[in-house]
This record gives sequence, C-alpha cells and structure tokens, in this order.
Amino acid sequence: MFGLSARDTRFLLIVIALTLLTPILLQPFPEGSSLAQFNAGYPDLMQKFAIFGIFAIGFNILFGLTGYLSFGHAAFLGVGSYTVVWMYKLLGYNVLPGLLLSVVISAAFALLIGFISLRRSGIYFSILTLAFAQMSYNLAYSVLTPITNGETGLQVYASDPQILAGSGAPTSPHLFGLVMRNSAQVDLGGWVFTFNVGYYFCAVMAILAFYISLRIFRSPFGMMLRAIKTNQTRMNYTGLNSRPYTLAAFVISGMYAGLAGGLLAAMDPLAGAERMQWTASGEVVLMTILGGAGTLMGPVLGAGFIKYFENIFSKINDGILHGWFAFLPDGLEDFIVACFHPFVGKGWHLTLGILFMLVVIFLPGGLVEGMQRIWRLVRRRKSGGPKRKDPEHRPTAAPHMAE
Amino acid sequence: MDAIILQILNGLDKGSAYALIALGLTLIFGTLGVVNFAHGALFMIGAFCAVTMQRLLSLSYEEIDPTRTDFLGNPLKVEVPYVEHWFGPDLGGAIVDWSVPLGILLAIPVMIGLGFAMERGLIKHFYKRPHADQILVTFGLAIVLQEIIKYFFGANPIQTGAPSAFSGSFDFGTLLGFDPNVIIYPYWRMVYFLFSLVIIGGVFAFLQFTTFGMVVRAGMADRETVGLLGIDIDRRFTLMFGLAAAVAGLAGVMYTPILAPNYHMGMDFLVLSFVVVVVGGMGSLPGAVLAGFLLGILQSFASMNEVKSLIPGIDQVIIYLVAIVILLTRPRGLMGRKGVMED
Repeated sequence: MFGLSARDTRFLLIVIALTLLTPILLQPFPEGSSLAQFNAGYPDLMQKFAIFGIFAIGFNILFGLTGYLSFGHAAFLGVGSYTVVWMYKLLGYNVLPGLLLSVVISAAFALLIGFISLRRSGIYFSILTLAFAQMSYNLAYSVLTPITNGETGLQVYASDPQILAGSGAPTSPHLFGLVMRNSAQVDLGGWVFTFNVGYYFCAVMAILAFYISLRIFRSPFGMMLRAIKTNQTRMNYTGLNSRPYTLAAFVISGMYAGLAGGLLAAMDPLAGAERMQWTASGEVVLMTILGGAGTLMGPVLGAGFIKYFENIFSKINDGILHGWFAFLPDGLEDFIVACFHPFVGKGWHLTLGILFMLVVIFLPGGLVEGMQRIWRLVRRRKSGGPKRKDPEHRPTAAPHMAE
Repeated sequence: MDAIILQILNGLDKGSAYALIALGLTLIFGTLGVVNFAHGALFMIGAFCAVTMQRLLSLSYEEIDPTRTDFLGNPLKVEVPYVEHWFGPDLGGAIVDWSVPLGILLAIPVMIGLGFAMERGLIKHFYKRPHADQILVTFGLAIVLQEIIKYFFGANPIQTGAPSAFSGSFDFGTLLGFDPNVIIYPYWRMVYFLFSLVIIGGVFAFLQFTTFGMVVRAGMADRETVGLLGIDIDRRFTLMFGLAAAVAGLAGVMYTPILAPNYHMGMDFLVLSFVVVVVGGMGSLPGAVLAGFLLGILQSFASMNEVKSLIPGIDQVIIYLVAIVILLTRPRGLMGRKGVMED
C-alpha cells in the first residue's frame, strides 16, 4: 500500500495510530493523582512533539543518511516562522498560504546555503552551516529589524492589512475556519482527554512528513545518500558526482525545517530571532542523535524525549521530591532530595547533557539501538539460551586486510 | 588616522581572547586530531576560577570597630576579610584588590587537572571514532560543564573588577603626538593584550626551544614514527591537552574584568574561535594567533559608524563572511599546511 512493502505499511499504520491516539496515550494518569504531573497530553506540548518531530525527521534525512552534520538548521526554522507570520500580517490568519510559502522560501534558502556549504565536507561543512546560521541570527537582530521586528519578535497588529481576512474570520490562526487553538475535552472517569485542532493539524503534517521520509529511505535516492555516507571517495571514483544528491538532501531537510518553523508560528502567531540561534540548531542535533541517527523512528523519539523532559522534568521541584521520598526517615530524605536537586527542575539541562554524552559514548545508535538491544536480549531469554548464529556452517567472508 | 589607531586598539583585546582560545583549540587538534567543542567551556571555567578566587579572598568575619558607631550610636560591626586580618589592612587589602590576577594561581592547577581528566577519561576513547562523534561528545561535555557552573554560580553575570591600579584609562594618543583624550584605552585591556602576548610567546618558546616541545612537534608531524622511536607520545599529548586547557583557562581568568563572566560565555566565544581556527588554518599555531588578532581588529573596524552606514549590519557578520570566503577559496586557511583536512 502507498508504494510500500507490507512491513513498511504495517510500520506506517502503527505510526499513524500512535500519532492519532497521542492525546489518550500521553494521559495515562488520572486527573488529580500525584502522578498527574507526568501527563503530557496537553495541546501545547503535543504540538511541540509533532513539530519538533518533523524538524528532526528532516534533519535526519541530511545527517542520518549522508552523514553531513549541519549545525545551522535552526536558520530554516526561523525563516519558516517569519514567513508564516508575514503571511498573517498581509493576507490573514489562514495558515495554508503561509505554510506553503514557508516551505518554498526555506527551500530557496537551503539551496543557497547548501550550494556553498556542500563544497566542503566534514567539520568544515559543520562550521560553514554554523557560520551561515549565526549570520542570519545576527542580521535578524540588527539590520533586518524592519522585517523581523528585532528583539520584540514579529507579531500581528490590528493595523496590519490582512487583505484576505473577511469580516467574520477568526482572529487567531485557523485553517478555513478550523481554529487551531480550539480543543474538545472529554471526561472519562478520572481522566480528562484534550483533543486539540492544532495538534491534529500538526499530526497530519507529521504523518505526511514521516511518510515522505519513509519513501526517501527506501528509494534509490536514499540508497545513494547512504552510499555517500559510507564512502564518498569511492563514489567519486566510480564517476558519480555526489553533490547534486547531497544538495537535494540538504534542500529537503531545509524544507522540513521550514515547515516545522511555519507550524510553530501556526500554533502561536509569533516569531523571534532566538529560534535561529545556534543552540536551537544544537537541539535538533541532540534530538536526532539521542533517538538514533539514520533510523526512521529515532529522531521522532528523540524529539519527543527532549521536549517531554523540557516541559515535565523541569517542573519537578524540591517540594515534589520531598513528597516522593516522604516515606524515608527525615535525614535520609533530605539527603536524597539534595542528591536529586541538581538534576531536576532548572537543572534538567544537566541531566540532558549527561544523557547525551552517555548515548554518544555507549550507544552511537541512540535510543532505538538501545531498544533493539533490549529486545534482542529478551528474545534470546525466551528462546532459551544463546543460539549459534550460523547452524548451517555457511562460509564466511575473509576479514578485510586492514582489520 | 586617530580613528584607525583607536579601532586597532579596540580590536586587540577581543583578538587576544580569540587568539588564545584558538591557540588551545589548534594545539588539541594538531596533537590529538580532536575537534574540541568543549574548549569554550574551559575558557568559561577559567573565568569562574577568578570569581572563585575573589570569593575565597573576600571571605570575612564580623568585627566590632570601636572607633566608629552606626547611626544609633552603637558600636559599628564591620566585615573584615580574613586576609586583612592575617596580613594587616595594607597588604591584605592589596591582595583582595588583586584577586583577578591571583586567580591565575588557582586556574593553572585546576585547568591542567581538568584537561588531564578530560583527555584520559573521555577524549582518549574517541581518537578512532569519526570527527562527528568527537564534536558531539565534546558538545555534550560543554553542556554538562556549563550547567554545573550554572548550578553553583547562578545564571547572572558576576562582576569582577580589575585591580584598582588598572581601573582607569590610558591616554594613548599623547604618546603618538595626538591631542589628549582622542585615543584613550583602558589600562586593563592593555594588560590583557600584553598578557596574551606573553602566553603566546611562552607556548611558542616551549614548543620551539625545549626537547619536550621538539618531541611534540615531531609527533604533530608524524605520530607513528615518533612512537616507533620508542617515545611515549600519548603521554606527551595528554600533557599538551592540559597545557591547551590551561591556556584557555588563563585567557578566561584575565578576561573577567572586561566581560562579567556568565555560564554561557564559553559557547559565545567557542563559535567565533572555531571560525578563527578555520581562517587561520586547521593545525597551524601561528595561523590561529594571526587570524585571532586579524579578525578581532576586523570586527572592531566593521563596527565603526562610518563603515556601518556604508554597509549596514556588516559588524554582525564580518567574521562569518571572512570565514565563508576563506573556506571556499583557500580551504586550508591562511597558514594551514596543504592537505590537512582540506576536503
């Protein structure tokens, strides 16, 4: 189905089901219980899951497949946001024209930056993209203030023309009348589920983005990108010019980033330059690596993981910790709370940094690799002891001379 | 003319910081072949060594001063730093006043120790992994170091003053025959520039004139052959990592009076220092120093009002523009060797 093999179709269907059921799945604890703070099923956070999922999926098409580590992808995120807010200002609050244009404009940007940056590889490529992104960030703060509104951030004012907005049009982002911030709340026993229009809009976009990336991964084009990652020199020796392929990957991932930036502005009609700062580029790198670069699901997992931590873990303060460890004797309780204190609340970045280092050191394949390892371990347990890998004694290839 | 001299002077102190950080980065890259994204964090930790030193020296206790009274007529309680108590108000006061330069004493062992720990504990395991992995793990380390500092010192910048002897400005123009008050330059920035020259000179002399430095240079050129000659090059490279960390730390210590240290200053300097290294040429020590000063001066020229009115926004992007042009036209950098990471 959809031009995919049976296995991939099943995979895609599972992803679609998970995405659509997110508001229920992320709300596992009943309202009012002490664990309710771990619920992530509120619209703002779910939208971020979907949006940064798209961002990371796009980044993965570049980094995961070709191995080119870009440190400047946030520039496209910012461009996308600015475009959408400008479309609000000029045309009206319908998100569609803005999103389409944000993809087009970020593609143009990516084409320009990629054309120059991809003339170098390795660390030089990283530094070139970093330089371009920092340039855009600095310019957005200084000279381009008429376009970006500088530090205040770009927003819609009552005096803006909004030529397409009719008299009865909603006064916040909407898609042909479907207002993004509207949501339906369903009370089921102790549970409250919020079904938000904006989230479902982002979810549909994310599913589309995921489908396209799945197709790219399985296509000859994806195979070519992987070949470039494995050994670009050899590719060149076979008479193949790899630059059009890497450039295409760069532009596609730039478009993804532009779409994600546009969606950010579609959920909340604001755009600020801090979205282009290099720490934002670093964040998407973190997401992709943490989840598992080069895998389909990894970047989405990483994005969800980081956004969840950012919003939930950072809310755990000393009071909550004391609540958890209240069963312990007083001195021990204080000691344990003091031990946890630097890692939660405002210090969650420390936890993230440590986690990221551990993943890079021990699990280069990210969380996905970790899960696969656990899965393999469990399966081996079930089937009773380790099996011999090759019961039929097939001949093995001789090791390479250099190994 | 006076404007040009002023801009050159203004560029020197920032250029000195770039040059020192880039020098350390290049030392690490040249010896160990590792791209160290945590180097900015080392600079930042150096700056916080100065803050720690200042706090240590101004540790004080309360004492009743019988000669003075507060507004109610009670004897006045005054805070007396222990240092003043031990060494008397004159010498003790001077020590408190000079806490930033004295921070060097703290920074050297701390930074060398940190450098050793980093190299032996972490970087060592990444020599054979791709550059992307090295960037990523040191990037993660930078986040961790930064957050630890934030935990202990808070998120706000901490003012640390220069010794009062250097607090004023120097009328540089009168030396060159200009009118007074045309070219004035803060004393501390001049001290910083001279300090960086001393450090840079020291590092080069160490590499050029000692046996140890000769072995290290040989190892930079051809690691395997030096190893085959029976020299434990790994141990020396570890020492070089400690040295590079110390250089970054000292640059940070002395920079505190110019810029109040905050926990993310390292990241801000890191990005620019990488650009400096690339412009100078990966693995070229003189290139890093030259490019550091050049880019610092270039940046201060670009922030002149005359230039800004001609090309708006140039001051924000000039360094990056230079880097892009250099990378595209001469990828090995100003003084890089041919073939070192040129692709």
